[in-house]
Amino acid sequence: MSIEIKDLSYVYSPGTPYAAAALNGVTLTVNEGDFVAIIGKTGSGKSTFIQHLNALIRLQSGSVKVCDIDLTEKKPDLKKLRGTVGMVMQYPEYQLFDETVAKDVSYGPKNLGLSEGEIKGRVREAIELVGLSYDEVADRSPFELSGGQKRRVAIAGVIAMKPRILVLDEPTAGLDPRGKKEILALVKKLKETSSPTVLIISHDMDAVAENADKVALFSEGKVEAFASPREIFYDDGLLSRTEMDRPAVVKVVKEMEKRGVVLAERPVTRAEFIAAVKRWRNG
Amino acid sequence: MGNVVFGQYYPSGSVVHRLDARMKLLAVILYIVTVFFITDYVMYAALFLFVIAVALISKIPLKVLFRTVRTIVFLVLVTSIINLFFTQGDTLWVHWHFIKIYKEGVERAIKLALRLILLMLFPSILTLTTTPMELTDALESLMSPLKLIKVPVHAIALIMSIALRMIPILMEETNKIMLAQKARGASFDTGGALKKAKAMIPVLVPLFVGAFRRADELALAMDARCYSSVANRTKYKVMRFALRDLFAALFCLAVFALVFLNKYLWAFDEMILALFG
Repeated sequence: MSIEIKDLSYVYSPGTPYAAAALNGVTLTVNEGDFVAIIGKTGSGKSTFIQHLNALIRLQSGSVKVCDIDLTEKKPDLKKLRGTVGMVMQYPEYQLFDETVAKDVSYGPKNLGLSEGEIKGRVREAIELVGLSYDEVADRSPFELSGGQKRRVAIAGVIAMKPRILVLDEPTAGLDPRGKKEILALVKKLKETSSPTVLIISHDMDAVAENADKVALFSEGKVEAFASPREIFYDDGLLSRTEMDRPAVVKVVKEMEKRGVVLAERPVTRAEFIAAVKRWRNG
Repeated sequence: MGNVVFGQYYPSGSVVHRLDARMKLLAVILYIVTVFFITDYVMYAALFLFVIAVALISKIPLKVLFRTVRTIVFLVLVTSIINLFFTQGDTLWVHWHFIKIYKEGVERAIKLALRLILLMLFPSILTLTTTPMELTDALESLMSPLKLIKVPVHAIALIMSIALRMIPILMEETNKIMLAQKARGASFDTGGALKKAKAMIPVLVPLFVGAFRRADELALAMDARCYSSVANRTKYKVMRFALRDLFAALFCLAVFALVFLNKYLWAFDEMILALFG
């Protein structure tokens, strides 16, 4: 088991007039190799939840266990934890700070206390992995790159720490359709090459349906459902209760059903949909 | 995120919160003047009672109010100690080697401490019950006579309100960037002063870059909507001097007047002290 969370609750500014409950008893288990999408309305506790995985938020109640690191302990090994869980925040390009791309990417590995040679190797590897050419960008200022390139550099900064678990908070926000596609392809590639477990917060239901093995639907600080995209996106009651949208494929299937075309399967990805329609036409 | 709260505004929705900010501001100014005129314990006590009464009406927990004093504890201690040791007087109380403490020194130290604490408390009620926005509006309104001598009152108020508006945004951004760098293994609370200062560079650079980006965007957005500070602008929330403001003003004036009448005419406190003495 990669991540084990039990009864996690969190309140912001407890004991003041500004107190606001963000999480109310979240229980969730993520296995090694899972691609988990976290969906839910704004304010449903998604961001608060993922920040717990990296101990960016101190545990208030409940328990969090990440790869044998128990966060209920008084002094968990934070360095090890942050090398294990790589966190890509929203708009990660806003965290770039150093003079050159290579220096910025090496910030994380340096904090892990790695050797000079190891750091150099990792920086090159990470920059190449996110689809940039090391020789071209390494000595340039990160501030003179394009928006999409900046985001790649920021992701490289996390990848260079070689996390086994990669957590991304809306990695495609603010990108054009092509940029979105590229970042999603990059996440998939990272899952296959360096970080086998991926958690991703997304408002893009199509991307969720295409990529995720499992979907955790957050609502009012709780995990309302944790199941495959198929089970989630065909559960009409659940979706309307939590005010969630459907992926385009599911919308089309629903429209077809209204017009009397009932498919034998319940497709969620485009490939599944095309296959299902072909079978319907032939049978 | 909701956990970044700027200033001390304490929303309890009391009548003091709803009072005209201009009236509150003037009351605070008068109060500060009054505090400087007080010289004896009974009047200090009376003013303390006044402050606590106002705090109770504002539904601000006294704990929250007295927490504001914490910020000046150091100042109070230093000034009191200096006065304690360096005030010369007639009645010598302690004489130990080169240290001489006079009765007058002790009294002066106590009074200075009381004065500083009083000076902190009442203005704190103002900031606890008034949003920074209301305060800027009040300042603009009170400074408006200066427009006659061509002081750009509106522009000054606008700069102030934008600065105030940006503080919580920048605080939230600082928070976010710190979290992001922590996720990359940064630690901000270990090592010596130099190491700690160095650890802030990865936070400060993105913060400044972001602040300039925001300023640029805001200026563009204002330009795009033909903003001009020269035109006579109207307000979304118009401040009105209501009946309750009149009552509040009269109440404050009465208290302050009593202090002055006591000092220069009646000397109540000496009568009270004589009774107990």
